[in-house]
Amino acid sequence: MTIYLFKRFGLAAVVVMAVLLLLFSMLHMIPGNPAILALGTRATPEAIAEYSARMHLDEPVLKQFVYFLGSAVQGDLGEDVFSNRPVTAIIAERMGFSLALICTGMGWAVLLGVPLGCLAAVRPGSWLDRVTGIFSVGTIAVPSFLVSIWALLLFSIQLRWLPAIGAGEPGNFADQLSHLVLPAFAIGLGWVGYLARMVRASMLEVMGEPYIRSASAFGLKPRRIVLGYALRVAILPTITLIGMGFGGLISSAVFAEIIFARPGVGKMIFDAVSDRNFPIVQGGVLVATGFYILVVLLSDLLIAWLDPRVRSSL
Amino acid sequence: MPEARESAGRERREKLKRFLTDWQAVTGLLLVVLFFASAIFAPWIAPYDPNAMDIPARMSGPTWAHIAGTDQLGRDTFSRILHGGRVALYIAAIGVSASLAIGLVLGMIAGYGPRWLDNLLLLAFDAVRSFPAVILALATVALTGPSLTVVLAIVILTTIPSYGRVARTATLALRHTEFILAERSLGASTNRILFQHVMPNVIGPLLILAAMEVPVVVSIEAGLSFLGIGVLPPQASWGTILNEGYLVIRDAPWMVIAGGIPLILTTLGFTFLGEALRDIFDPRMGRGR
Repeated sequence: MTIYLFKRFGLAAVVVMAVLLLLFSMLHMIPGNPAILALGTRATPEAIAEYSARMHLDEPVLKQFVYFLGSAVQGDLGEDVFSNRPVTAIIAERMGFSLALICTGMGWAVLLGVPLGCLAAVRPGSWLDRVTGIFSVGTIAVPSFLVSIWALLLFSIQLRWLPAIGAGEPGNFADQLSHLVLPAFAIGLGWVGYLARMVRASMLEVMGEPYIRSASAFGLKPRRIVLGYALRVAILPTITLIGMGFGGLISSAVFAEIIFARPGVGKMIFDAVSDRNFPIVQGGVLVATGFYILVVLLSDLLIAWLDPRVRSSL
Repeated sequence: MPEARESAGRERREKLKRFLTDWQAVTGLLLVVLFFASAIFAPWIAPYDPNAMDIPARMSGPTWAHIAGTDQLGRDTFSRILHGGRVALYIAAIGVSASLAIGLVLGMIAGYGPRWLDNLLLLAFDAVRSFPAVILALATVALTGPSLTVVLAIVILTTIPSYGRVARTATLALRHTEFILAERSLGASTNRILFQHVMPNVIGPLLILAAMEVPVVVSIEAGLSFLGIGVLPPQASWGTILNEGYLVIRDAPWMVIAGGIPLILTTLGFTFLGEALRDIFDPRMGRGR
């Protein structure tokens, strides 16, 4: 297990480095002076000189990358061009809205999708299995940003059940919750069907294994076999899938935040792109990708912990 | 030999029969044909010019004259949807074939080349995949400004890893088979082995994957254009129609409804077709992904 942990963390570290290098070189690949890009074309020569000195822009590129790495590691991602506030502080304010959205969206999808998949696998061909199958295909086919737009149209504009924009009054929990419902519904919907399908397929495969047959030959209750024996193995590919699919979930969350005007990290990056506020874009992209890499790492570790066969394979 | 040929022919007929009796496969095929036909023949089918403005008829709901209503400038939504399909087809055709070709070559190199190269390429695939597509697009557009070329580049870059991984796994499995070893012992060059012998055996699953990737590519284009960082107005694309509709969603809801339907039909069509092809040609991969 120790060797596995070592290798897996090493891999994650290398990927993070590659992402950092990519982000750094993106800002340096574009023609023109990064100081002018960061400060805008109307910046005074003094401001440009001051910015270049502060950001080490007049030094060799390799050295600049080392500085960039050093400050990123210390949590210093530069300053907002307009308010001069540290980027890290701004991201910290926005992060909560995005995390709440992503966790709720994924949460309801897992709570509904996994049991649906199990029930469908236990009784293949039943009406529940067929309904789940049609539901899965139907929801997977709708891109999540379209679900967001249509949910906004149906539930808040036509039916007026839920609020359309914002994240609710700060401090008012019920209001914040009501603002969370629609975006979380929109990003989770496709996952319900996807998870149900995945769990159903791997459950069917596991239920045919000899050890399940012996368990039922020993007279164990079907519920015990499904939950205690089959699901434990069948859930493994699903965990990998959730980890891998997190990138897609982050993308959907970005769309949902923009459509519902929810002040999360995704909306922040989007607004910063229109304002050409590069430090915010860079910091936001770094945090979003870092978060994704962390989730994939955690899902891999969880699988290694649940399934001893995996540990030896990397 | 004739017997073998006959049995191969029978097998082919058997597969065709399985395909034609599967309702998902047939529905998928029909939707895919609809997608191609409506995009290619859009200028002849569309009742109006997609950019022709008719201010007196602006923001009209669905009527017999405008079956999907009109927008703020009085342009016919249905005609714009048909022309938007051309953008989707363009992105899908170029994006999917380019990333398939690059992914195929990189995957074969990773699977056949030395260990360090394999590890390096796998790392590159992982690094590219660790950017959620929208985030990568936003970061790029921040530097370059929005354009169709950026969308195409993002689409190609983010979908290469899936082809690369499949091609790599298939190549690894072939690497030590007898016919490849025989070629090598006869002194065939690496080029010849990869392109003459490995490629024909690897391309099948990749083509099926390509069918499944079309909806992904089309959704990325629509999503980015919806955000205003892809296809730029006044050009019609399913994404820009949704974008323009979103701005007037309270007064003209038909635009976001009509703009979304072709997106769903295209996704359904290619997903059904891809799954049916996979079940018939590669049963080991199973129905649930």
